[in-house]
Amino acid sequence: MARITASVYTSHVPAIGAALDLGRDQDDYWRPLFQGYEPSKQWMKDNKPDVIFLVYNDHATAFSLDMIPTFAIGTADSYTPADEGWGPRPVPTVVGHPELASHIAQSVIQQDFDLTIVNKMDVDHGLTVPLSLMCGQPGPGQGWPCPVIPFAVNVVQYPVPSGQRCFNLGRAIRNAVESFDEDLNVHIWGTGGMSHQLQGARAGLINKEWDLNFLDRLVDNPHGLAKMPHIDYVREAGSEGIELVMWLIARGAMSDIDSPAPVPRVAHRFYHVPASNTAVGHLILENQ
Amino acid sequence: MALHKPYTDVPGTIIFDAEQSRKGYWLNQFCMSLMKAENRARFKADERAYLDEWAMTEEQKQAVLARDLNWCMRTGGNIYFLAKIGATDGLSFQQMAGSMTGMTEEEYRAMMLAGGRSAQGNRVVGEDGDAQAHRQPQGLSRLKEGN
Repeated sequence: MARITASVYTSHVPAIGAALDLGRDQDDYWRPLFQGYEPSKQWMKDNKPDVIFLVYNDHATAFSLDMIPTFAIGTADSYTPADEGWGPRPVPTVVGHPELASHIAQSVIQQDFDLTIVNKMDVDHGLTVPLSLMCGQPGPGQGWPCPVIPFAVNVVQYPVPSGQRCFNLGRAIRNAVESFDEDLNVHIWGTGGMSHQLQGARAGLINKEWDLNFLDRLVDNPHGLAKMPHIDYVREAGSEGIELVMWLIARGAMSDIDSPAPVPRVAHRFYHVPASNTAVGHLILENQ
Repeated sequence: MALHKPYTDVPGTIIFDAEQSRKGYWLNQFCMSLMKAENRARFKADERAYLDEWAMTEEQKQAVLARDLNWCMRTGGNIYFLAKIGATDGLSFQQMAGSMTGMTEEEYRAMMLAGGRSAQGNRVVGEDGDAQAHRQPQGLSRLKEGN
């Protein structure tokens, strides 16, 4: 059967993609950030999955105000990097895994979560920046290391899903993966977030103490963390800090949540301020 | 019963909810159109004519022409959508966010390098943090002008 062996958590700032694409990753400003992901790139090589289930938010790219799905799963063969206004990132097309994605859609909907099924969409920096951070920049003619199932969460227009609902959805995704017959090693990634506010007089808000506490609780007390209301994210981590609810989907899919398994092993942890307007947080957790 | 909105007393912050979305529908859809290079070129060639193709209010058009993102947001714009105007102008997200604070680009960048804006005093309207209305606009440039 398929199984989830690890979860990865990372911010997905557009400027990180631009820094890589423009070859500025060794500039003084960016070097400390990219150094923090060197162990992650090695870990990816040593622990290459068969499929990545990548939770992210669409930033007004595939979904305009015409349609706003709360949870959308990509069941397509492939996804093209989007033009977000600066032109598309020069990174490979993302290859999907339609069989596993369709299976997860079927199973998760039958567990009472309403997913929107997407057969055609472009993917923005929310999805491609985490791939770049974890896998490095693919050379000419190279693709990403494995197929990716995009899973988009609405954190743009309120009402957005609660942390608890995201956490419970992760549990349903784990059930779904484990009922897939093929023997696949699946990683689940929760992306976006850590403190940032992109709007208004409060732009630039960074709350390091709160972020570090979030990372602690994500590992040791995810059940309690899932109960945190939206307004706490907004007041403490900035209006766009709400993206962090997506990390709870990945955490909810880990093996210690519904069984007596031990707390996952922290393979890597990193935190850095600033990347453009935001704090960058990163964790790699392995099921034990 | 009215919807519960616990997020209306955060200083310097407009939460993009269904009400804002209705108000800003055409403004934000205009922004989406800038994801196509041909539309960016048409907008740049004649901004007013391009804006007039959209069912936006006159105030929304003025806010876009002024590149005043705070004004755009008050009329229903959302920052993820508005970012496409900045991208069309060749700005980074940091330049766009900084433009809403009253600080110069250098001041905003320096604040971020120094660890960002503190949450202290900026959680609830009525405190004394630097994002509160009575301390706006902020930045050294304002002090130099003696405002």
